[in-house]
Amino acid sequence: MSTNALSQHYAEQVQRVQDGLPGAIPEWLAGRRRGAAARFSEAGFPDPRQEEWKYTNVRPIATKPFMAAVTDAPLSEEALRAMGFQGLDAYRMVFVDGRLRTEFSDLADLPAGVTVQGLADALASDPDPLEPLLGTLAHDRFSSFAAANMAFLTDGAVIRLGKGVRLERPLHLLMVGSAGGPATWSHPRVLIQAGEGSDATVIEHYADLEGASGFTNTVTELRAEAGAQLRHYLLQDHADSAYHVGSVFVQQRRDSRVTSHNVNLGGRLVRHDLNVDLTEPGAEIELNGLFLVGGRQHVDTHTRVHHSSPHTTSREQYRGIGQGHGRGVFKGRVLVERGAQKTDAQQHSANLLLSPNAEIDTKPELEIYADDVKCAHGATVGQLDETSMYYLRSRGIDAEAARGMLVFAFADEVLERMELAPVRTSIERRLAARLPEAGAIDVIG
Amino acid sequence: MLKINNLQARVEAAEILKGIDLEVKAGEVHAIMGPNGSGKSTLCQVLGGRDGYEVTGGTVEFMGKDLFELEPEERAREGILLGFQYPVEIPGVKNIYLLKEAYNAQRKHRGEPEADTFQFLKLVREKLKTMQMDESFLHRAVNVGFSGGEKKRNEILQMLVLEPKLALLDETDSGLDIDALKVVSEGVNRLRSPDRAIVLVTHYQRLLSHIEPDFVHVLSGGRIIKSGDKTLAHELERNGYQGIIEEAA
Ligand SMILES: Nc1ncnc2c1ncn2[C@@H]1O[C@H](COP(=O)(O)OP(=O)(O)O)[C@@H](O)[C@H]1O
Ligand SMILES: [Mg+2]
Repeated sequence: MSTNALSQHYAEQVQRVQDGLPGAIPEWLAGRRRGAAARFSEAGFPDPRQEEWKYTNVRPIATKPFMAAVTDAPLSEEALRAMGFQGLDAYRMVFVDGRLRTEFSDLADLPAGVTVQGLADALASDPDPLEPLLGTLAHDRFSSFAAANMAFLTDGAVIRLGKGVRLERPLHLLMVGSAGGPATWSHPRVLIQAGEGSDATVIEHYADLEGASGFTNTVTELRAEAGAQLRHYLLQDHADSAYHVGSVFVQQRRDSRVTSHNVNLGGRLVRHDLNVDLTEPGAEIELNGLFLVGGRQHVDTHTRVHHSSPHTTSREQYRGIGQGHGRGVFKGRVLVERGAQKTDAQQHSANLLLSPNAEIDTKPELEIYADDVKCAHGATVGQLDETSMYYLRSRGIDAEAARGMLVFAFADEVLERMELAPVRTSIERRLAARLPEAGAIDVIG
Repeated sequence: MLKINNLQARVEAAEILKGIDLEVKAGEVHAIMGPNGSGKSTLCQVLGGRDGYEVTGGTVEFMGKDLFELEPEERAREGILLGFQYPVEIPGVKNIYLLKEAYNAQRKHRGEPEADTFQFLKLVREKLKTMQMDESFLHRAVNVGFSGGEKKRNEILQMLVLEPKLALLDETDSGLDIDALKVVSEGVNRLRSPDRAIVLVTHYQRLLSHIEPDFVHVLSGGRIIKSGDKTLAHELERNGYQGIIEEAA
């Protein structure tokens, strides 16, 4: 579609959203949405001349006239099971094309002190408590994608954990794309407010029904108050024709601990930004990431860890595997503020190329303005270790199986950090299925 | 069982093996001794089929088959086990997983059904006991963070599980303290039987007082310059390699 026609298309989309805003919508929200819409219209999609988008050309997204799905796609329990995690005992919210489908959701028996709601419902019934949570960590200026998410916001999840509350079972947010139309987009937003000393696991999980090729543009805002413990899974297992951009914002207070597990298996063009701000002493983040790119897939992950207070800790481990003509990017920025003494930051990025046509770029970026800190980073891109291959083969294991074992082991170093065994096992299976040479691997504990 | 005939091999540009002849029959234990850099590990790797070790002449037959026709994994399945001088660390692959895959690959090769996990664990536990290894070793990544001695024990553990026809042990004794040496030797002795053969590569006689060889060969400059019975090892111990090398020259 021509640039003009596209601008026209998006102007109409913006207008439609503005017209669709119900009268009762509070001014703070209407204002934020207008601002975001203006920002998106003005900036358009990013292009590779911008430093942050140097390795990722979003042309395939920018040249399509996306619009929201118009009808509710049919969904079956069977399809849900196929996408889900066998054996996972979890609260569940299911979204299709960005809209909550309560008939497939199960939030029975939530403990006192925990609120889990659809965002659309929350905005319709009692929007004001969301004023400090929605769009306050994620700025429109961050990217036009974040702006678009705010401008076209329709639904999402709101999770609030009261002081000292412990959510025993994880909460599984299953965001499904349908094959509804040629160019549908959705803009789910996830808000997590983990109160003082609370403890929970939230699984943000993106998957597709067969044949989906839509664009999912997500924003997650996560606040961990003092002493909160949060485990956040960001699992992207879209169809290989789908587009996905996800921006995560984490803000942590004193002695809070957040663990992030970010796995990218599917998608045609995927970009993740994980932004973490450690604002008070004792705050600690663990970032674990794995991406697999094959075929013509492109997956780009940027993490930014901001040590803005002394005595804060980050542990980051990202791994990438490239096969076919896959293209991967990892850029990890660590910023230690002046005065953020006793920062302890470790970042490691390891990448494995299985084909001569695959490419992975990895780029650590450390900016340190304090002097009494421990910061370490390492980045490697390599091929399978020949000596290990030979060792396995010398034990009677054939070359194909040996290769599979080594690739799988490489990935599993990240996956084994997942606390939820059913999720880990299921991801391992899906990973193995995507590694032709590891097809024979039986996943044993 | 193993017939090496005028074997010559090079590593990169360097000619390392310059014509080795050796015959190993079932039931025998051979020791190959020699100074550092004489080509002992090269011989082992050539027999193992490692890439980069180019055979430039000669033949090797194993159980009547041309060894060089076989891939490394096929050699293993035919019954050759190579104990590495420097066992390889493989992060992320659990010991038990490697053992099970290797064990089942052999069974499959022999047309036998794969062992179920229960049977297999029973077998492995017994072998662990022989090697005085804790069960926790099974769940650790292969050789990762193992001490030198633990790595060598792990090699012998694999050998006990896989029960090769021919065990080729490259300096399995180096880096072992007295107690570990006993354990490792005990493991190797368990494998001795009339239908198996063992080739020990070492440059110390002390291993040979635990595992008594039938034949001792001295390798120097890529050739076997002298062969004899176990008394040759004692002679080496007393006089060093130099005397024998000079005598052969
Ligand atoms: N990868 C290699 N490239 C070049 N030379 C090698 C290589 N490996 C071994 N060599 C050389 O081959 C010779 C024999 O080495 P090796 O077989 O390891 O001896 P040993 O095990 O008897 O100590 C030495 O001179 C060594 O330097
Ligand atoms: Mg050697």
